[in-house]
Amino acid sequence: MNLPVPSGSVERPRWPAPSRFRRYQGPVMLSLLAICALVTVLTTIGIVAVLGLETIHFFRESHVSLPAFVFGTEVDPPKFGIFPLIWGTVMVAAGASLIALPIGLLSALYLSEYAPRRVRAVLKPALELLAGIPTIVYGFLALVLVTPLLKACFEPLGLKVDSYNALSACVVVGVMIIPMVSSLSEDVLSAVPRSLREAAYGLGATKFEVSTRIVLPAGLSGVAASFILAISRAVGETMAVVLAAGRMPNVTANPLRSVETMTAYIVAITGGDASYGTPKYLSLFAVGMTLFVMTLGLNILSGLILRRFREVYN
Amino acid sequence: MTTRSPLRIEPTTPPDESPPMRPSDPLPALPPPKPDPATVPDPVISARSLCVWYGSSMALKNVDIDIPRHKITALIGPSGCGKSTLLRCFNRMNDLIPGARMEGTIKFEGIELADPSIDAVALRRRVGMVFQKPNPFPKSIYQNVAWGARINGYKGDMDELVEKSLRRAALWEEVRGKLHKSGLDLSGGQQQRLCIARTLAVEPEIILMDEPCSALDPIATAKVEDLMDELKEDYTIVIVTHNMQQARRTSDMTACLMLDEAAVQGGHRTGVIAEFSPTEKLFTNPSDPRTEAYITGRIG
Ligand SMILES: Nc1ncnc2c1ncn2[C@@H]1O[C@H](COP(=O)(O)OP(=O)(O)OP(=O)(O)O)[C@@H](O)[C@H]1O
Ligand SMILES: [Mg+2]
Repeated sequence: MNLPVPSGSVERPRWPAPSRFRRYQGPVMLSLLAICALVTVLTTIGIVAVLGLETIHFFRESHVSLPAFVFGTEVDPPKFGIFPLIWGTVMVAAGASLIALPIGLLSALYLSEYAPRRVRAVLKPALELLAGIPTIVYGFLALVLVTPLLKACFEPLGLKVDSYNALSACVVVGVMIIPMVSSLSEDVLSAVPRSLREAAYGLGATKFEVSTRIVLPAGLSGVAASFILAISRAVGETMAVVLAAGRMPNVTANPLRSVETMTAYIVAITGGDASYGTPKYLSLFAVGMTLFVMTLGLNILSGLILRRFREVYN
Repeated sequence: MTTRSPLRIEPTTPPDESPPMRPSDPLPALPPPKPDPATVPDPVISARSLCVWYGSSMALKNVDIDIPRHKITALIGPSGCGKSTLLRCFNRMNDLIPGARMEGTIKFEGIELADPSIDAVALRRRVGMVFQKPNPFPKSIYQNVAWGARINGYKGDMDELVEKSLRRAALWEEVRGKLHKSGLDLSGGQQQRLCIARTLAVEPEIILMDEPCSALDPIATAKVEDLMDELKEDYTIVIVTHNMQQARRTSDMTACLMLDEAAVQGGHRTGVIAEFSPTEKLFTNPSDPRTEAYITGRIG
């Protein structure tokens, strides 16, 4: 594929023909990347298919109706009413978000707008380190540290604190997902172009106004994405929750009581004695499907909200 | 500073008023020269012996300049000689750059801007800025104009202010039907006029423009230039430009900045004002040989 050399041209060093690697790199990379993309798509489809089929299987075997499954309050077979599990999951996720979203967002704003460069260089990796701690360690900390602390706080007030309780799960899961919010949000906030900040400062804006009314709205889609990711993580968190909140399916508004989450239930079933093919075993998939639908719903909802509010700056 | 033009404005500051110099500062002690009140009567901004550092490197040395009221002052000079730096001293925008600091005196309506304790936020409402690259907020056209006024606590009728500002920026007719569309949907030239409208909405006294037309085509440029001509009735304008014709067409006074040769010898890039004269004089009869070389295209 060499280009013809113009005849009669003066002698000068010629550029070598493109190496074989460079010539074929386009098509090779294309197929490689396509395969990788395909693998993830197929995996997702596979998971959804297995969950879906086994869930159908469960409903057939157990003769439980969908409303009875979702709204029933008796978890044990043959009723399979998982409302207490949904309640426990929502309670822990909501409590954890209540702790993590504000703290995470504020630390992201601090890191991107206020912190001197040197503080930021130390603080950001330190926060990210929190994300690297195994979740079982968090669960363990809930048992030996958070719950005793809660007891020390609340029992003198006459409030009974269960040894396993929702609040201590909220606290540890909240701390666990802070770095997710702060790190991702900080990335998007820092990526807001400096020219926008300068424009705002040039109009006589204070740092607070620039941070909250220019930078934050411009980075909103990323911040929201980090929120969703963190909430999904809280919904799906297992080990820490099992150790902190225990396994008592309760529908209660009292965070000092023990609750059971869907993930804790799944752990118990897989670790328990349910034999293959029984409704109890199959309920695992139905609960898994419910979890999946919940996080999917969260994602779709956030997409809808975002489309309405976000500011596109590029 | 080899040659001195008779029109050059000399520093008025007595030495005891300027902050004490540190021994490390590469600043030759200058005797306080005589002021020349004839050049610019009643300046809005008046800088004397202004030096600016970025970290340890000196970007501007001993700048003396008087910005005349309700006139257009152009800053020209080769790239990297500190035009933007000087402009950004006038509204303390350099505060945002870690490690930047200034010394000397720079007075705006009697306020000492080099004093670190002055309220830069309040100052920037009075000294507005238009940037090289149009940078509208990712908000609606209306919000873009209203934003600055709103945060500064504007109490009047916002619709009226938005319309007035857009009219003054010669953009109203083009956007009147789509005030709630995003400012980023406009063309580059329209975006730049939107940025000007946004600046006008906070009713500053001075408008600093850093190469406002460098991203614009000749037609949009002409519009901005016409606009500047109208605005100078009420505003003082300082414009940085690389376009010699633009400086000549639009401005009343021109400052030509140059790299300090002594500093260049020492491996530094420090800017100085080579000449500050009425525009016509600077372009037809420059008194500094470096200015002449620059405007005739021999250097820079
Ligand atoms: N944020 C910064 N940090 C460190 N040095 C800087 C910074 N901004 C500018 N400088 C330095 O200051 C000097 C003057 O820069 P400035 O931007 O004022 O030049 P300019 O005259 O506006 O150039 P141009 O015409 O290319 O815009 C340059 O040597 C530059 O390297
Ligand atoms: Mg510049």
